[in-house]
Amino acid sequence: MLLNEFLFLGAFLFATGVYGVLARRNAVLVLMSVELILNAVNINLVAFGAFRDSVVGQVFALFVIAVAAAEVGVGLAIVLLIYRNSRSIDLHDVDVTMKG
Amino acid sequence: MVAQHIAFGLTAFAMAVGAVRVVTTKNVVHAALWLMLVLAGVAANFILLAAEFVAVVQVLVYIGAIVVLFLFGIMLTRAPIGRDNDLDNSQRLASLVVGLLVFGLLASVLSKQYGRVHIHPGTIQRTSDVAQSIFTQYVIPFEAVSVVLLAALVGAVVIARRD
Amino acid sequence: MDWILNHFWLVPAIPFASFWLILFFGKRMPGKGADLGIVALGAAWVGSAWAALAWIRRPTTGSGADSLRRYIEHNYTWFNNGQIKIRFGFHADGLAVMMLVVVSTISLLVHIYSVEYMRGDVRYTYFFAALSLFTCGMYVLVTAASTVQGLFGWELMGVCSFMLIGHWWEDQANSNAALKAFFTTRTGDIGLLVGISILYFGAHQTFNWESLNQQALSGKIDHTVVLWGAIALMIAVIGKSAQFPLHTWLPDAMAGPTPVSALIHAATMVVAGVYLVARTYGVFWSAFSIGPGTHAHHGVNILAVVGGVTIIIAAMLAFVQDDIKKVLAYSTVSQLGYMVMALACGAWVGGIFHLFTHAFFKACLFLGAGSVSHSGSHHSFDMKKDMGGLRKHMPTTFKTFVVASAALAGVFPLAGFWSKDEILLSSGRNGYWWFTAVGVVGAMLTAAYMTRCIYLTFFGEYRGHGHPHESPKLITVPLVILAVLSVSAGWLNAFGLHYFADWTRNEVFVAAHVKDYPFSLPLAASALGLAIVAAAFAGYFYVREEFKLRGLTERSSLAKAGHEFLLNKYYLDHLYTGVIVKGIRGPIADGAYWINQNIIDAIVNGVARYSRLAAQFVYDGIDQTVVDGAVNGVGAGAEEGGIALRTLQNGRVQFYAGMLFAAAALLGLGLVLFV
Repeated sequence: MLLNEFLFLGAFLFATGVYGVLARRNAVLVLMSVELILNAVNINLVAFGAFRDSVVGQVFALFVIAVAAAEVGVGLAIVLLIYRNSRSIDLHDVDVTMKG
Repeated sequence: MVAQHIAFGLTAFAMAVGAVRVVTTKNVVHAALWLMLVLAGVAANFILLAAEFVAVVQVLVYIGAIVVLFLFGIMLTRAPIGRDNDLDNSQRLASLVVGLLVFGLLASVLSKQYGRVHIHPGTIQRTSDVAQSIFTQYVIPFEAVSVVLLAALVGAVVIARRD
Repeated sequence: MDWILNHFWLVPAIPFASFWLILFFGKRMPGKGADLGIVALGAAWVGSAWAALAWIRRPTTGSGADSLRRYIEHNYTWFNNGQIKIRFGFHADGLAVMMLVVVSTISLLVHIYSVEYMRGDVRYTYFFAALSLFTCGMYVLVTAASTVQGLFGWELMGVCSFMLIGHWWEDQANSNAALKAFFTTRTGDIGLLVGISILYFGAHQTFNWESLNQQALSGKIDHTVVLWGAIALMIAVIGKSAQFPLHTWLPDAMAGPTPVSALIHAATMVVAGVYLVARTYGVFWSAFSIGPGTHAHHGVNILAVVGGVTIIIAAMLAFVQDDIKKVLAYSTVSQLGYMVMALACGAWVGGIFHLFTHAFFKACLFLGAGSVSHSGSHHSFDMKKDMGGLRKHMPTTFKTFVVASAALAGVFPLAGFWSKDEILLSSGRNGYWWFTAVGVVGAMLTAAYMTRCIYLTFFGEYRGHGHPHESPKLITVPLVILAVLSVSAGWLNAFGLHYFADWTRNEVFVAAHVKDYPFSLPLAASALGLAIVAAAFAGYFYVREEFKLRGLTERSSLAKAGHEFLLNKYYLDHLYTGVIVKGIRGPIADGAYWINQNIIDAIVNGVARYSRLAAQFVYDGIDQTVVDGAVNGVGAGAEEGGIALRTLQNGRVQFYAGMLFAAAALLGLGLVLFV
């Protein structure tokens, strides 16, 4: 298998994730896009680990998974709080828009 | 070899479709489900790369916990069920450009650097090797991650509790 | 012994210090400043006498005709910028020492006299302060080593003369007289400045007198330069020493107090011009070719003509004066003419000697006139109206006056005889026979007018209104001292003795080979005889009532015209004031004013106008448009840029995130593509 296959796949997922972070209005959807990015990174890590015949790639992928889980937990807690305060998780409403 | 290529191709296609649908669908719940497809595809790739422990962990944690969390979040924030036209903000086009820019950058670098490199995932990596590496060489990051998880747990409870 | 000669600056310093002391403390002193003045002048007199003694005892160098005492000079650099070096210094030689003795003696006696004469005067203290300052000025001129320093003393004396003549300035006539004196001498001072400058450049940039003389005599200065320098200096002499045609100020200067007239206008300031010629004799000697051996010697030169003319016209004017001081003033002018003529005819010793003796007898005459007015004619100087027959009431004054007059007329064996004889002899032997004749005629005239003066004052009946009596001791003692000096001063160079000549002989004298002639009995006797004849004639004219020349001016229109001419002082004053001054004041001044208003002011105004226009253009076109435009443009640009950039900060998080990613991607692309 070509290394590049996995890397390109990772790159595509990353770019899609970037698009999602920038273009989505719903906070939860933004968090989902962040998950896409993280998974793209994971694919890269493991692919390079296999390329190098080293187990380090997998180790770090595990760490990333763990951190991602923590992050989603806290992130969603914050989203819930925002929803409780302003009855909406539309990022337009959360923005600190300059007046005038 | 050929079998793996075909397998990769299929999973890659599915993942690509799924990723695109995550960021473009107008239904929040559908987005979560498409995300689940992408995550599954990632696990399949892991298996292709002979990293079965990670694959299993991926399935367990991501699909099993995180997607469920997302669904809970969607439910608790009273997301409208069904079509919702207001899910994209006004800078869609600029974001598309940025995304394409990023992809172009990465693609050009990768093609230049790793054009003809092959991977040969040889022997299936044993879980014991992974464990060995974690608990000897990378034990400090391991402990740190556990602290992070604890903090996240406590933090999430504190932030989201009603009082 | 030589200490005073090496510290010559002390002598001018004493009256300078006393001037300031009298000015500040005089009013508080018991003697109201006069005591300070007398003490200072006494000290200065002691210094001068000591200097004279030290000088006489100096060893001579050389022998025979070349023997002389070398001068002592100390110079200090005052101003030095590489190219121009101005030094001031003090030069001690026989001439300087002699002048010091004369000035100190007369000044001291005048101080003592003024204590009585000026008693009760409204500006008593300032009078003595001015006397001190004046004496200092004369000392500075006499002890100076360079022309610039001499100029300083010269001008100082001019100022003091102005102050002292106008001492009673409440009367307009007195201040007018002071102004006239000042302006006339100032006109001469132009010559002094020009002469100093010409000689400075001609003599390769030196102001030092010795150096000037040496260079002039050895031919190092171009002859034309020397000639013009000498002519310029001659103009200064004409002004200061009241020669024709600038003599008009001296008779009018008699408006000042009599002690002032005695000091300044008889003995000291007016002889400054003569001293100048004597000091720069090398310049004059080579400029006018005075010496008999020089090839351009013609038996006449312009300086001699000036001197000779002055002798005659002043003597003639002395005949028609009713004011005793004016008679003495014209007599002074005439005698100054003698001195100048003597120097111009190569009679250096004669001229200087006459200066020496004249100081004593003329001061005595003036002080005597002051005594007469103080105690005899009730403060009037008019002989015809207020005097007459005073010999009975004022015997001491009368006797001293007669002695001094006889000395003036040149009667043997008094002082004037020796000095006048020296002049006549030397000028004759040097080839200036015309001027010897002039000198003899002048001597006759002198004898005559002095006889007239004495007769009108002391003989006949008393015509005045006061109660004549003899003057107090403070006045008569100086008179007696001066009379004694009038008798004896001449003996220094008399009877075959040549002390005066020996003592004053200096380097210039020797280098120029000025001739010193021994006594000649025939000439002396004939001159004396002619003078006695003239005196007798004058006496006879006045004593004998029926003398047929009496009343000539009433009978003969020619004589009357001549008398009018003399009475109007040759209409010279009318020429100066009415023609020259009025001409300048009128058309020339108007013309200058027209030029000033229309040409100079037009230029200045035009410059101002065009400057304003240029400034306006710079302001409008450059400053407002270009500079301000640039500045405003920068401001506007910044503002617009700010407004444009403001949109970036909109608070939208996803926008920020987008910026981040885009920037990173672009940077990465750049790095990849170009590095």
